Amino acid sequence: MSEATEHLDHAHSHHHPSGIKRWLYTTNHKDIGTLYLWFAFIMFLTGGAMAMVIRAELFQPGLQIVEPNFFNQMTTVHGLIMVFGAVMPAFTGLANWLVPMMIGAPDMALPRMNNWSFWILPFAFLILLSSLFLEGGGPAFGWTFYAPLSTQYSADSTALFVFSVHIMGASSIMGAINVIVTIFNMRAPGMTWMKLPLFVWTWLITAFLLIAVMPVLAGAVTMVLTDKFFGTSFFNAAGGGDPVMFQHIFWFFGHPEVYIMILPAFGIISQIVPTFSRKKLFGYASMVYATASIALLSFIVWAHHMFTTGMPLVGEMFFMFATMLISVPTGVKVFNWVATMWRGSLSFEVPMLFAIAFIVLFTIGGLSGLMLAITPVDFQYHDTYFVVAHFHYVLVTGAVFSIMAAVYYWLPKWTGHMFDVTLAKWHFWCSLISVNVLFFPMHFVGLAGMPRRIPDYALQFADFNKWISIGGFAFGLSQLIFLAVLIKACRKQGVPVDDRVWEGAEGLEWQELPSPAPYHSFETPPVIK
Amino acid sequence: MAAANNALVAKLVCIVLGMFGFGFALVPLYDVFCDLTGINGKTNREAAVYRTQDVDSNRTVRVEFITRVNAGMSWQFEPVSPSVTVHPGELTRVEFKVHNPQAEGVWGQAVPSVSPGTAALYLNKTECFCFEQQHLLAGESLTMPMQFYVDPQLPEDIHFLTLQYTLYKVAGDTAATNLERRF
Ligand code: HEM
Ligand SMILES: [Cu+2]
Repeated sequence: MSEATEHLDHAHSHHHPSGIKRWLYTTNHKDIGTLYLWFAFIMFLTGGAMAMVIRAELFQPGLQIVEPNFFNQMTTVHGLIMVFGAVMPAFTGLANWLVPMMIGAPDMALPRMNNWSFWILPFAFLILLSSLFLEGGGPAFGWTFYAPLSTQYSADSTALFVFSVHIMGASSIMGAINVIVTIFNMRAPGMTWMKLPLFVWTWLITAFLLIAVMPVLAGAVTMVLTDKFFGTSFFNAAGGGDPVMFQHIFWFFGHPEVYIMILPAFGIISQIVPTFSRKKLFGYASMVYATASIALLSFIVWAHHMFTTGMPLVGEMFFMFATMLISVPTGVKVFNWVATMWRGSLSFEVPMLFAIAFIVLFTIGGLSGLMLAITPVDFQYHDTYFVVAHFHYVLVTGAVFSIMAAVYYWLPKWTGHMFDVTLAKWHFWCSLISVNVLFFPMHFVGLAGMPRRIPDYALQFADFNKWISIGGFAFGLSQLIFLAVLIKACRKQGVPVDDRVWEGAEGLEWQELPSPAPYHSFETPPVIK
Repeated sequence: MAAANNALVAKLVCIVLGMFGFGFALVPLYDVFCDLTGINGKTNREAAVYRTQDVDSNRTVRVEFITRVNAGMSWQFEPVSPSVTVHPGELTRVEFKVHNPQAEGVWGQAVPSVSPGTAALYLNKTECFCFEQQHLLAGESLTMPMQFYVDPQLPEDIHFLTLQYTLYKVAGDTAATNLERRF
């Protein structure tokens, strides 16, 4: 995109440095949003390439393509990149682009910090990726880096892993602080709390989750670092520590983290569904309260990842019921989306297609989550492909689909031109079909006992795994269509769009700003009715 | 505006720092919580004091011993008798044998664990080799005593207790400091 937009922006704003310097020094929320989004997309392709390695190895039983240790590095780094490099930066990019425009602010509250929080990210991932080329390899202990795998049995490159997680954490904490300050202090007069668009609400709550748990993650990696290199015994039983403690600390971060990756998605879907239903969102206030209660509950369910660690019965019961409780506010949301569509004048533009796919497929992921929450059966499902199926339904067809929906929804506003709709529909249908070929059979092989994170499997799983791999390759290739749509969109070859872009769209960015949104918007605050 | 931003940023940074500290505080907090509730199967870490008390001779509890040697540790380690039957309140002495077959001295640390976990609070050790680290010279053998009593308050429905010891090798340079450092 750089070239095309660069030329355009030259014409509009002369006082800006040009070329690479423009992007290095920029403090403009739209530039930084663009940087985040492209970075996330590059990471999505990088992590995706690793997934292709994993699926190629698992195409047949037996070991054929990669060494087991390299396989483990692929699963680990794939997970880390997708979580911290693709999904989270993509949401931050969307927040940068959209939050100021949605609340009628000229920019983010802390533009300089904004620049920093983006530009440290590429270094974090360069460090992480470069560790793969060191002797002994990169991290191979899973994205959850359980001790003692990460402390006693890991390569020396673990120090680099720890360092890169610190940087990623610092970046997301800075991003979150920026979002909170912007929403608190920069709302246009008259933009009261209960008028905030839901994307802004969900991001505000997400930002609070981020500043609450990213520091705990930083603490966890620090303890791993000192245990491994400086002789402490936080997690080392021989020195009086406790390896299970690691899991408690990690999941105290980890469960809120999964909601960090889905709450902004809820916000996006709540923006898109009303537009293409041509109705107001059903139950706005209940959406806000449901989001807040999901965020609060997410702090008291962490040990549902640890049912098999030998917890006492009271603990198992508590975490089982608390986990099931979360599906109540989640159910409220799904109900509200469906109620919004009910008797609406629906039309199926590309963002709406992704949004509807999100609602259906995310709900499948929620259901398998409920199954996993039942303690006695989790003993069977834990650490199998069933869990892999669960979190890919909530993360790929949930979080990632919502990001794609958002990009298709706001892209014309950003560029001023419609994207290639035919190509985008190809992207949608290819992704939709292949993603289900990829992840649905994982439920069955998981229930039948195929363990996760192992490069080989028993013969009876061979047929299913062949299909899963075929689905995987097809899904990977489908994303190249997305790349093509994006490149074409940035070249601005499509038809110019009007300010509102979509017939039913409501909100400041559609009703008060031209398309493409000017480099500086709302320098005088809009009037809010 | 700038002042308002700075004030809010300051508060948020405090939350961040507080949560960073909280992550570390979780380590002792979990321990305190588990000690109070006795739900993680950890037994007392310092010698309990035995006061003559009513021995509940109507009730018997079987205490079984399991020993395990952690990966990387070469010692042989086993209980002299695999189980004993005791009355709650009665002070009992048992022994464990260790042998270091290696050609060099090694430090070891045994870590106990009781199941069912809720019973951990009721198994009180008045003397245990697990309270300190052991050093065995090359080829040395040792019989280590352990003395305990089962609290008569032990819930009625528990008839068996399993006490498991895992023996860890203590890296030479950290051997001396590790015990004080227990987190
Ligand atoms: C109704 C809501 C949900 C419930 C009841 C639920 C429940 C669970 C449970 C019980 C597990 C542990 C399974 C095991 O390891 O045996 C799990 C794993 C997981 N869940 Fe969910 N979940 C829900 C929603 C979500 C959402 C929204 C996300 C993310 C967007 C998510 C992401 C994950 C991930 C990443 C894991 C696997 C972590 C790992 O071990 O690597 N879940 N879920
Ligand atoms: Cu969870």
